[in-house]
Amino acid sequence: MRISFKQSKIIATSCVLASSVLLSACDPMYEVKPDNTPVAVTPSTPDIKQSAVHVTSKIEHWQTSQGSRVYFVHADGLPMADIQVLFNAGSANDGAKFGLAELTAGLLDTGAGTWNADEIAQRFENIGAQFGVSSSMEMATLSLRTLTDPSLFNKAIDTVQVILTQPLFKEADFKREKTRTLAGLKQQEESPAAQASIAFYKALYGDHPYGHPGSGTLKTVSEFKVADVREFYKKYYVAANAIVVIVGDLSTAQAEQTAEKVLSGLPIGKKAEVLPEVSLPTHAEQQHIDFPSSQTHVLVGLPGSYRKDPDYFNLYVGNHILGGSGLVSKLFDEVREKRGLAYTASSSFLPLAKPGPFLISLQTRNDQKDQALQVLNQTLADFINKGPTEAELSAAKKNITGGFALRSDTNKKLANYVGMIGFYDMPLDYLDTFQQNVENVTVASITDAFKRRVKLNLLQTVTVGKVAEPSGK
Amino acid sequence: MKNRLLCTVLLCLPAMSLHAEAKVFEKTLKNGLKVLVKEDHRSPIAVSQVWYKVGSSYEPGGITGVSHMLEHMMFKGTDKHAAGEFSRIIAENGGEENAFTGQDYTAYFQTMEASRLPVSFELEADRMRGLHLLAEELKKELQVVTEERRMRTDDNPQAKMNEHFMAMVYANSSYKNPVIGWPADIANYTVEDLQAWYQRWYAPNNATLVVVGDVQPNAVFALAEQYFGELKPSEIKPLKPQTEIEQLGVRYMTVKVPAKLPSVVLAYKVPSLKTAIDENEAYALEVLAGVLDGGNSARLSSTLIRGQQIAVSTGASYDLNSRLSSLFELEATPAEHKSVNDLEAALKVEVTKLQKDLITSNELQRIKAQVLATDIYQKDSAFYQAMELGTFETVGLGWQKAGEYVAKINQVTPEQVRAVAQKYLIEDHLNIAYLEPQTIKTSSDKKGAH
Repeated sequence: MRISFKQSKIIATSCVLASSVLLSACDPMYEVKPDNTPVAVTPSTPDIKQSAVHVTSKIEHWQTSQGSRVYFVHADGLPMADIQVLFNAGSANDGAKFGLAELTAGLLDTGAGTWNADEIAQRFENIGAQFGVSSSMEMATLSLRTLTDPSLFNKAIDTVQVILTQPLFKEADFKREKTRTLAGLKQQEESPAAQASIAFYKALYGDHPYGHPGSGTLKTVSEFKVADVREFYKKYYVAANAIVVIVGDLSTAQAEQTAEKVLSGLPIGKKAEVLPEVSLPTHAEQQHIDFPSSQTHVLVGLPGSYRKDPDYFNLYVGNHILGGSGLVSKLFDEVREKRGLAYTASSSFLPLAKPGPFLISLQTRNDQKDQALQVLNQTLADFINKGPTEAELSAAKKNITGGFALRSDTNKKLANYVGMIGFYDMPLDYLDTFQQNVENVTVASITDAFKRRVKLNLLQTVTVGKVAEPSGK
Repeated sequence: MKNRLLCTVLLCLPAMSLHAEAKVFEKTLKNGLKVLVKEDHRSPIAVSQVWYKVGSSYEPGGITGVSHMLEHMMFKGTDKHAAGEFSRIIAENGGEENAFTGQDYTAYFQTMEASRLPVSFELEADRMRGLHLLAEELKKELQVVTEERRMRTDDNPQAKMNEHFMAMVYANSSYKNPVIGWPADIANYTVEDLQAWYQRWYAPNNATLVVVGDVQPNAVFALAEQYFGELKPSEIKPLKPQTEIEQLGVRYMTVKVPAKLPSVVLAYKVPSLKTAIDENEAYALEVLAGVLDGGNSARLSSTLIRGQQIAVSTGASYDLNSRLSSLFELEATPAEHKSVNDLEAALKVEVTKLQKDLITSNELQRIKAQVLATDIYQKDSAFYQAMELGTFETVGLGWQKAGEYVAKINQVTPEQVRAVAQKYLIEDHLNIAYLEPQTIKTSSDKKGAH
C-alpha cells in the first residue's frame, strides 16, 4: 500500500470521529454504519457555496422495466462511478437458519456463468474495478467501483450482471466458504466486543429477526446445505426486491442503460415479507458474561428508533448531545474527560425498518466496571429527567448544520446515503429538508421524545469481562 | 481475448493521467513551516492537517509511547484555551477532528466547510507552541491511554502476537516498540517527560501543514502566514540513525494467548522507499505484494484459500512508506485440520516460485491497472489526498514522490520483481511467529433489575 493503515502502526485519539480511512483501526463492533447517519445532498444554508458538484446534485429516481427502483446522482470531476445493487435480503430474512443471508451473499462471486472465483476476480481486477458483496441486518449489497471508460465500464457491468443472475453455488465452493465462516465464528469467540454485541442484540430482540448474529452460530451454519443457499437466493434476489444506486460521471441515459443491464435476466419475483413488529422488553435486565479479558465491555440500551419515526429528529439531535458527537458529548465528558474511565464512550440510535437499537457503549478496566456503569446510568438518567440545556442544543445544531457538507463530500458517502433513502423509501427531499428538521427541534421536544422512547425501567445491560478480584488480596 | 483487454487498459493510460494530477502548491514560511495546498473543488469543504516529524520510532527506551501520549494531551488546553475547548470550538463550527500517531509521525486534522479554515489554523497555531501540560489532566488521560492499550492490544490476540513479534524481529531498530508504548513506560510518564518531548519536536520548522479542498492556494498561504507566521522556530537536533543490524539467521517464536484460531506470520527484512539504495527495488517489492495479495485473484487467495484450501485467510504486505527499513510480511490462518507448519511450508513455496520464475505479464498488467484505477478512486477523498502528501513529506521522501508512484509502478518489470525476491526474501533475514491459542473459559449469568 502506498500508505499503510495497519492497526498496529497508526492509532488515533478517538475512534468516534475518526475519518473512514482510519476506522479500520477501531473496533468494528462499535462503529455506526454509514447508512445509519442521516445526510443531505442539497443544503439550504446561505453560507455554503453552491459551486461544488456534490451540493448541487439531485437524486434522480425511476423504475426499470422490471419494476426495480433506481436512484441516480450525477457527479463529475472524476472518471469513475459507484454502483450498488441492494436487496432486501439481510440477516433479518434468515428465518431459523441464522447466517444464511450472509453466506449466500458471500458465495455470489465464487462462481457464475462459465467463470470460477479466480476468473470473476480477474475480470474485475484486470480493469482496476473494485467489487464486493456484503450483508447486513436488512440488506445484501453488491458494490462496484469502476472507471467510466466505456470498454472498462461495460465489462465490469457485464460481470456484475452474470454474478447476480447466474451464480453457480457449486458444492465445492459452498463447502469451502462454509468452513471459512465457521472459522470466523470461532474467531469471534476471542473477542469480548463481539460476545457483548451478540448478547446485547439477543437481550433486546429475543426471537425477533433482529435478535441473532448476522454470521449465524456454529450450530446453525454447520447444518447448512447448498440447497438452503439456492433457495434463499431464488426467493430474495429478484427484481421486485432490488434497488439500484448509481453515483458517478455518467449521463442519465447511461445510468438508465446501466440499471437495465445490471438487472437483466433477474426474475421479477416478490418483495420480501414485512418484518414483524418489535416488542419492547417487559423489564430491565442485567447480564454478565465471564470472559478472560483485561477490560469489561459494557452495552446498555433498548429498541430505539426506526427510519420513518416521527420522533427521529428529536432522538437524533438529542442523542448527538448525549453521546453522538464524539469528543464533546455528555457521555464522553463524564466517562472519559472527567474520570478517565474509558477510551471510548458513546451512544447511538441505529434506525432500521423497525426500531433498531439505541445503544450506549464503553469499555473499562474490569475493577472499574461498576463505577463506569454507574456514571453511564446517571448521565443517561439526568438527560432523560432534565433534557438538554438551550446552550447544548444550540451547540449541537451548529455542529450538525455547520458540518452539513461533510456528510456527502465523497461519491462513496453519497452513494451510501442515497442507498439508505432508496432502501427505506424515504422521501426524495429528505436531504433538502434535513437541516430544517434539525433546526425545528426544541429542548421541550427532545425531552418529551426521550421520556417516551427511552424507558429507564426497560433498559438491557450486558457486560463481558472478568469479575474483578476483591481488593486487599 | 485476455490480451485485447489488457491493451485496452494500456491505451487508456495517457487519457486518464490527464485527469489525475491536480497541482500541489508549496510555500515555506520564514519560521520553517512548510505549507502544502491542493485544490479540490468537488465539495465545499477543506481538510487541514498538521504533521509533526515525530512518532514512536523517535522515542528512546523508558518513554515509549510518549508521542502518542502527547497527542492525547494536545487536546488538554493552552495559554488561550482551557482543556476541551479546542474540540468544543471545532464542533460548534461543524467540524470533524481527530489526531493520530504512527511510527514516523504525529498528525492532527480538522475537516470543515471551507470558509471555516481560519478556525482550524487559529487553534492549531495556538497549540503548536502554547500547550499547557497539567499534572491532573495527565493523570486522567494516562488512564484513558491505558484503557486504549487494553482494548487495542491486551484483549486482541492478533495485536498481542504482533507486538511480541516486532520485539523479536528488530534487534536495535526503534520499530521494535509499539506505537502505544510498553505498559511500564505508559504507567510512568511524568509531566516533565511530556514537556521535554513537546519542546523538542513541536515547532513550525518540524511541521508540515497540508490543506486539501475547496480553497485557493494564495489565500491559504496568506492565512497560514497570519496564524502561524509569528511562531518561533526551534533548533531541531537530528535523530540518531539506529540502523538495524543485519540479521544472521532465521528466528522463530511462539506466542501463547487466549484465542480460538492459530496463525502464522513470516517477516523478511527489506528496505523502504526511503532506505533503498535503488528505489526501483522498493517499487518492485510493492508489485511483489500485489502479486501475492492484490485482490481476490492474487496468488495467496487463489492458491492457498481456494486451490489447496489449506488457509481460511491470508495476507501479504509491504510498508513502502516508512522512514526506516521495514518488513515484507506474509500471514495466514490455517483451515481446519491443517497446521501452522503446513501453512509456513506453503507460504515458502510461494516465495520460492517468485525467486525462480518470472511473474506473468497478466499479473503485472493487473497490478498496474489496479494502481492506476485506485489512484483515481482515492481522489474521491480530500482526506486521503492530504494524508498521502503528509505521509510522504513527513517520512522524509518529499511530497513530490507521491505523484511519481503510478508512473514508477508502471515501469516495474518481471525481472525486477524476481530480483528483489531473490535478494531480500532470504532465509537468514526471515522471522516467524506462531500464535498458539490457549483455552478461553466463559460463563454467563442474568439478573432482573426491576
